[in-house]
Amino acid sequence: MTANAPGQVCLMQGNEAIVRGALEAGINFAASYPGSPSSQVLGMLGKVAKERNFYAEWSTNETCAMEACIGASLANARSLCIVKQNGLLFAADAIHCGAQHGVKGGMVIVTSDDPSAHSSTNEFDSRYQAMSANIPMLEPTSMQETKDMVPYAFELSERTHQMVIIRLTTRVCHGRGNVVLGELPEKPHQMKQVGEWDRMVCVSYLRSAMLQKMDMLRQEFENCPYNHYVGPDHPKELIVAGGTGRLYGQEAIRRLGVGDRVGLLSLATIWPLPEETILRHLEGVEKVLTLEEVDPVLERNLQAIAGSHQMQITFSGREDGALPKIGELDPDNVARAISLLTGAKLPEKKIASQEPLIERELTFCAGCPHRATFHILKKVLRQEKHPGAVIGDIGCYIMSGQAAGQYAFQACNCMGSGINLAEALGQLTHYGLDQKVVTVCGDSTFFHTILPGLVNATYHNANMLLMVLDNSATAMTGFQPHPATGITAMGDQVPPMDIQKVVEGIGCKAEVADPFDVAETEKTIRRLLNTPGMNVLIMRQPCATLMSKKKKRQVKVYVDQNVCLGDGCGCDKYCSRVWGCPGNTWDFKNNKAYIDPVTCVGCGVCAKLCPSGAIKVEGGEEA
Amino acid sequence: MKKLKFDPLNIVICGIGGQGNVLASEVVGSAMTDRGYRVAIGETYGASQRGGSVMSHVRVSEDQELSVLIPSGEAHIIIGFEPLETLRMTRKYAGPNTTIVYDPRPVYPLGVLQGIQQYPDQEALMAEIAELSAAAYPVPAADIAMEVGDSRAANIALLGAFTQLPDTPLSQEDLEKILTQRFKGAVLELNQKAFAKGCAAVNKKEA
Repeated sequence: MTANAPGQVCLMQGNEAIVRGALEAGINFAASYPGSPSSQVLGMLGKVAKERNFYAEWSTNETCAMEACIGASLANARSLCIVKQNGLLFAADAIHCGAQHGVKGGMVIVTSDDPSAHSSTNEFDSRYQAMSANIPMLEPTSMQETKDMVPYAFELSERTHQMVIIRLTTRVCHGRGNVVLGELPEKPHQMKQVGEWDRMVCVSYLRSAMLQKMDMLRQEFENCPYNHYVGPDHPKELIVAGGTGRLYGQEAIRRLGVGDRVGLLSLATIWPLPEETILRHLEGVEKVLTLEEVDPVLERNLQAIAGSHQMQITFSGREDGALPKIGELDPDNVARAISLLTGAKLPEKKIASQEPLIERELTFCAGCPHRATFHILKKVLRQEKHPGAVIGDIGCYIMSGQAAGQYAFQACNCMGSGINLAEALGQLTHYGLDQKVVTVCGDSTFFHTILPGLVNATYHNANMLLMVLDNSATAMTGFQPHPATGITAMGDQVPPMDIQKVVEGIGCKAEVADPFDVAETEKTIRRLLNTPGMNVLIMRQPCATLMSKKKKRQVKVYVDQNVCLGDGCGCDKYCSRVWGCPGNTWDFKNNKAYIDPVTCVGCGVCAKLCPSGAIKVEGGEEA
Repeated sequence: MKKLKFDPLNIVICGIGGQGNVLASEVVGSAMTDRGYRVAIGETYGASQRGGSVMSHVRVSEDQELSVLIPSGEAHIIIGFEPLETLRMTRKYAGPNTTIVYDPRPVYPLGVLQGIQQYPDQEALMAEIAELSAAAYPVPAADIAMEVGDSRAANIALLGAFTQLPDTPLSQEDLEKILTQRFKGAVLELNQKAFAKGCAAVNKKEA
């Protein structure tokens, strides 16, 4: 990553290309909060920050990251903020104000959208944020462009004194492709003292200056080197592509054999759109197909441009159903849409069986402490007069809404919202709502946005229980450090924050329980559910995957075939059916329980649950 | 640069989160990049470590710039770490030229263990994989890995089998060299054993 070998060809992931681009741009400052699909970027930056003499941090949340980057810009530093679509929304106030006052040192925001919601709860389209805040936005179409666009965006940002957003999508972030390396600067960008009369202040009259910048950028984007056209001089059919659409389109055109009659205009300048370039290409065109990820943003803007010039063009894309309204672009739906546009057809294929194959539902890993937590929680709640209201939050434990977590929660909104949804229900228990109210959050989410909600709920003495599922990890996104881990993105050891002390510091009671101590924790949860006011229980047990990365427990868990009663037992396959750990499988030949040695990590909880005592644990507690 | 029989050459690698899909695709992709080909890889993993289906598309060309996803029916090789996932990908991506190497050891979805879903009949499943492809080689990769001492080496065993396929772009020697570059000491030794047994598993069948 830090090799100064201009011209060398590497195989690079999109996320790595962002890192390399940032190094070639000589950044001074980088901040992020992990969010898939761009979670890996800041971690990689953190590893090389000392060597390349810049600062990188995993911020407590995206607003901290975004505002820190704006702050760095005041000292003429080049700053890079990396977020996913939700993170950009979370920091929306900061970027709207930031766009109005502008920046000094170059500031680039990388936002990663997740079409098809591979690792998200939604398919939000970041482009609306650029349009709403009047921030220029670029979208690369390949790994090479992803790398090259970072220094280009910094240069653009400094020239226009405006922040620049680079929009990526999952296929770029998690894809790999060939990248030709550029030169690394000898040292990072030159910073400057903050002058007495330097100003980055958001005031309403700066709106006109901001709009002037947009006009300037629109002109500039007419000649952006990343906008391409391939095809005949005056096509009747034109494809306009953004992001991933270019390469899918290019291949489908080739496969359909329509390259001599269809034009492909690929636009990297998502906002503001280069109107003159677009008008030039629309001249004489009868039909336009737009290829873009998520919403028909480009399609509607093209319609507006064509409409305001009285052009008679038929548009197709996401809006008219030529492409699906939800889900990502792929080679098949793009080829179908181009087939509709041109009438050309691909050769028929033999169709495989349409009989549905069973899907593989996501579940907690073998040995995950969350499985034990929700198993105990649901057991206790079922014994209450009413089944209780459980509010979820964002993290691995979002799977507790499914079979993995006993279908535990009834509501889950955005990151950090659980405490506030629950606070309302907790208050309503004073007004006739006769239910126990529980919400859960992870340790990273606790610092991210639970804290203000906890202050609110504690101050107003809501009747509820907050369970902090403290697994010492930001597990869902790949084990990034957070304030309770005692380590920073740059690898420095720092004093970890104690969640229990933080809770007690705001005047709220906090207890700690071990989800693997099933009997004791059951009693604790029951007691706290029946304690009026705001209660916090920290469920402490490290993430199973984190543990297995360190060292596997030297424990063997197995089923004693002589003790297991199999189908004949009254437990109705409790270990595999109800407990539901991937390690607890079933030997369908002998009709007895079986523990898969490949999957089992030796937590031993199932041994505590088996009514016949057939599951045995051999060996010491931990290696 | 050797001429490719198919250009682009499309390889699908599929399985379940945690089985080493990404490493396998990265090993093949870097080796082809070093040989001067253009490579594009698409990884579909989402919440990868939580037991869901995962797949990688590896695409190799002499001169074309490719998207990271393979069009359906256009795979030339499918490497499968689990039979149900192999069948899922075979139905979508296999064509008349596709060769498949896969581990026939099922990993049951949660729903099967809970009695909500039924895992397909293993023989029928293997027969369908064979029928939809030009050739299919079941290789007990997880068993091989456990035999040599670490279940995590299953991906390396399957990569060994992959080098023995007729249209494979990488030879046994190519991958052996990569192993020595990537691993050291006991881990290298273990992976080398798994790799050799993986190679032998396909060779035996052809003999």
